[in-house]
Amino acid sequence: MAVLRPARRSSAPLLTGVMCALLLLFLPAASASRDFAPADNETWRNPARSTQEEVPHHQTNSTAHKKAFPVLSFNYEHVRKPFEISLWILLALLMKLAFHIIPRVSHVVPESCLLIVVGLLVGGIIKAVDEKAPVFDSKLFFFYLLPPIILDAGYFLPIRPFTENMGTILMFAVVGTLWNAFFIGGTVYGICQIEAAQLGGVDLLSCLLFGSIISAVDPVSVLSLFEEIHINELLHILVFGESLLNDAVTVVLYHLLKEFSHAGSVTVVDAVLGVVCFFVVSLGGVLVGIIYGVLGAFTSRFTSHSRVIEPLFVFLYSYMAYLSAEVFHLSGIMSLIACGVIMRPYVEANISHKSYTTIKYFLKMWSSVSETLMFIFLGVATVEGPHEWNWTFVIFTVFICLVSRVLGVVGLTAIINKFRIVKLSKKDQFIVAYGGLRGAIAFSLGFLLTDNEMKNLFLTAIITVIFFTVFVQGMTIKPLVELLAVKRKKESKGSINEEIHTQFLDHLLTGIEGICGHYGHHHWKDKLNRFNKSYLKKWLISGNRSTEPQLISFYNKMEMKQAMMLVESGSAAKLPRVSSTASMQNIQPKEQPRRRAMPSISKSREQEIRKMLRANLQNTKQRLRSYSRHDLMIDPLEDNVSEVRFRKQRVEMERRMSHYLTVPAKRQETPSVRKVWFGPAGFHL
Amino acid sequence: MGALQSLPGQPEYIDLAEKTGFSFEQIGVLHKRFKQLSHNGETLRRDHFNEIPDLACNPIRAQIIEAFFDRRNFRQNGEGTVEEIGFEEFLVVMSHFRPPSLHMTEEQRENVRTEKLRFLFNMHDTDNDGTITLEEYRHVVEELLSRSGALGKDTAKSIADAAMLEVASISMGHMEPDEFYEGITFEHFLKLLRGFEIEAKMNIRFLNMDTPTLCK
Repeated sequence: MAVLRPARRSSAPLLTGVMCALLLLFLPAASASRDFAPADNETWRNPARSTQEEVPHHQTNSTAHKKAFPVLSFNYEHVRKPFEISLWILLALLMKLAFHIIPRVSHVVPESCLLIVVGLLVGGIIKAVDEKAPVFDSKLFFFYLLPPIILDAGYFLPIRPFTENMGTILMFAVVGTLWNAFFIGGTVYGICQIEAAQLGGVDLLSCLLFGSIISAVDPVSVLSLFEEIHINELLHILVFGESLLNDAVTVVLYHLLKEFSHAGSVTVVDAVLGVVCFFVVSLGGVLVGIIYGVLGAFTSRFTSHSRVIEPLFVFLYSYMAYLSAEVFHLSGIMSLIACGVIMRPYVEANISHKSYTTIKYFLKMWSSVSETLMFIFLGVATVEGPHEWNWTFVIFTVFICLVSRVLGVVGLTAIINKFRIVKLSKKDQFIVAYGGLRGAIAFSLGFLLTDNEMKNLFLTAIITVIFFTVFVQGMTIKPLVELLAVKRKKESKGSINEEIHTQFLDHLLTGIEGICGHYGHHHWKDKLNRFNKSYLKKWLISGNRSTEPQLISFYNKMEMKQAMMLVESGSAAKLPRVSSTASMQNIQPKEQPRRRAMPSISKSREQEIRKMLRANLQNTKQRLRSYSRHDLMIDPLEDNVSEVRFRKQRVEMERRMSHYLTVPAKRQETPSVRKVWFGPAGFHL
Repeated sequence: MGALQSLPGQPEYIDLAEKTGFSFEQIGVLHKRFKQLSHNGETLRRDHFNEIPDLACNPIRAQIIEAFFDRRNFRQNGEGTVEEIGFEEFLVVMSHFRPPSLHMTEEQRENVRTEKLRFLFNMHDTDNDGTITLEEYRHVVEELLSRSGALGKDTAKSIADAAMLEVASISMGHMEPDEFYEGITFEHFLKLLRGFEIEAKMNIRFLNMDTPTLCK
């Protein structure tokens, strides 16, 4: 039997690896690098065992050949890293599950708060056991935790309200964040000058840097909160859009001020360059996103033969967009959003229904996990991190953040309302101001600061502000929304009438603008749509879907959805329109007299037949008539055999039914009618 | 806009402003446009509208132009169509697209909504009988899809059918098999588009019009 040697000293790792795999024996215990290594319950529960492991190890080197063949052995180090990561994620998700099972708590306290509390508890446990907590790595945060959330937000961004309110959103994001940063930075510096606070060491640039970190509204917190309060679409998109677009401002300010605080002084040239930098960062980020988005859309045009990898293209192109933007220090978030927004309409026209579902669920899943982990890590890092608590500084910061946000929103709205058609009321302004939560991005940026004596002070203040906004504002916004009777999100059922009228209105308003001689929003939107239709769609969408107008795709989507529901649930299911007994014959124009002129079937007989048919086929008849026989746009590669069969049966049934109601039947034939009629009724789907 | 002084009929503006709710400035701008479209005449006809190039590629052009000549939109409870309109009627039709002011009671908002929906309804109901029949609705959908290439009438038909069915389900609820759904009445139309928030959508900005540059 070969002599066992520790893998580290072995010159043939492969051989050692093979031997380890075969014999499952001891590996050197001290190899684990600790960046990604969270201490966990396992090692906590078995601290004795791990120390034991080290002791016999050295002895066994010489005595290995004397020991008996180990049937079972404990080799934790081997799988330590992935094991601990998986355990963390599992813990986080179990917590999330627990919250939803306990109904009362989750109604009052938003999920983000609960997760932070869990993080605090776990951090506390880790500290109590004196294990080393996971180091909050900013790289982990920015490269792995943040992109899924932003991609999920960007891909499913409601385009129409976003573009309609783009001006307002940009105002809030850019000007609002700038105002916040300078106001907070300036006043904090003012406070630091006061002797009593003993904060003399803080200079203006550091304060401004601090201000720029703390000023940005955080998309993760906002998303997590607003999802629960179901507020109306306008307010949702305003706060959410602001939180997404202010990344460019934050990135520029942060890097700018960091450079300045190293350099020590600011000149006018630097300030001008800073402004230029802002435009470069934001527009550059968007450009990168657009490039990758178009690439992704173009690729999806050819994936009809390999449907399984379609979702991967979406994810990878988006992630590459994010990383590419980060390479140039452009705004990764804006790049990611632009990529998702651009890619979506074309990709969705090209990919199969299953891929669409896959994309949707994977994005939701990843973003959910990321969000959960983020909040828990925040809690852990709070307990762990070195703190420097200064009452004046912290309290003042919290207070000033609130004040600055309110002033900013109110001031900007006064300007914005001059240009808006639908003005923002006081209630709207309040919600926008109150919904400006800070979150983990601020914390990570703070973590990236260079280590000087101010860093801990700043970090403490940042954490306090985050906690305050997430806990206090997060918990109270729901009752406030109800108290102020803010308009809630209306449940839209995807009505075809609304779609028709949306399109109709678009054309109407464009026409009226043309009559007025005024090149307004609708005119440009119309031009963009026509450009899209004539060029982009031809390039980026495969097959004949490229010429399909939006109304038709909407209609097909709706019908597809209903057909799917029917197929999946079978005939016993209740359909959404079941409450009404209106059916096609109720709205058909009066061609009936032609039929009724037939004397052969008595009126009552016909009634009876009709009633019985209807009783069995009520719902299916509605669905049936909705399909035009000429417009079965089945994706030929959609392998939904049952659905095709289902449709065939439907068409069969319809044919038979119309046959029985139109063909004149003599009296003696009625028994045969009845006999044959039981046939179709057996088609229970 | 300084051009206000040069336009005639100042006292009329007060009357018009009261009737339509536009400001003097907006009325002045629209008057300028009216003069441009009518080639400095007193009235507008359909062919004046046909000359506007921006309207040429609009799928529902015919209906939009008809709406200007439809008496029902003149707020005088009239019916039928006219052949030519004056500035007052032009303004009244335009006033349907004025955004609601910020401080409005719920009732006023409801009135604005009803008014705008009435305008849309009149556009659909081409034969003035107070209901939108299946044929008329089919016509609407066909027009919407008319610019989109060679899609058969059948697709438009099925979409219109589905839409009509939806209206019937929403408005009538339970229907006997023998009952015939005549058409969408105005009440049904209101019910249908209740959640549509039309007072926020059906609006145009009436200032910022540089008519000299858009001399079409």
